[in-house]
Amino acid sequence: MFDVDPLFVGVSVLTVGSSIVALETKELIYGAIALAIGMMGIAGFFLLLDAPFVAMFQIAVYVGAVAVLIIFTVMLVRTQALFTTKEDKGRKGAGIVLMLVIMAGFGAILLVSGFNNPSYGNFNSPGIDFTAIGKEMLTYYSPALVVLGLTLAGSVVAALALARREDIEQPQ
Amino acid sequence: MSQLIDFVIVSVVLVSIGVYGLVVKRNAIRMLFSIEIIINAANLNLVAFSRSLPNVQGQVFALFSIAIAAAEVAVGLGLIIIAYRLYKEIDVAEFKSMRG
Repeated sequence: MFDVDPLFVGVSVLTVGSSIVALETKELIYGAIALAIGMMGIAGFFLLLDAPFVAMFQIAVYVGAVAVLIIFTVMLVRTQALFTTKEDKGRKGAGIVLMLVIMAGFGAILLVSGFNNPSYGNFNSPGIDFTAIGKEMLTYYSPALVVLGLTLAGSVVAALALARREDIEQPQ
Repeated sequence: MSQLIDFVIVSVVLVSIGVYGLVVKRNAIRMLFSIEIIINAANLNLVAFSRSLPNVQGQVFALFSIAIAAAEVAVGLGLIIIAYRLYKEIDVAEFKSMRG
């Protein structure tokens, strides 16, 4: 029952800790870096779950693209807007209470569901080969993959159109 | 050896942290951080159940979800840049013309 995997505990502490730091640190740029570390922790979980392909995808997309995008946005926004925190104490207390209620609620659901029965949620079966993921993506899910690619392209064009400045005179 | 329940518990903790951030923070970028944390908790659940069943669909959905999240961040940050240009502020309570 209590044979905990030290690697799992380490990755959990890293992920949860850096998620808290990402939300609570004063400077937003450190928050963005902490978020990137948390995403790497999630990739570590994927490696522990024998899903190296998803882990690599997670690192490429979140640490490589999303974190860099967020850091560039933080650099574009004036520092004064970043440092003014206007959250009141009551709201923070309510947030912490809500967080604990959600944790306790889901914890109670997990306990009564019999989910912690060791015979149910074990990882004894062999892991999934990533060739199976590729096969599934290129056969059954190929329309979804095409739509996903179009969505990504559309969102990038939309983001560029949103961020375009019209008040700057273009030289003729 | 860790079990499925351990991963689900970590996922629940991450979701609660994300909800806390969404409720308490007024900074638009921090709210985006919270959404990212919640999406990652969902992905963790998908991959953990995929490993436990075992079923390849969980990992495929996790990959789709990661790609959709990347698109969402691009549009979200574009919106934040525009709002900052209009209001010189990234505090969501200051975005007055969007108030319902």
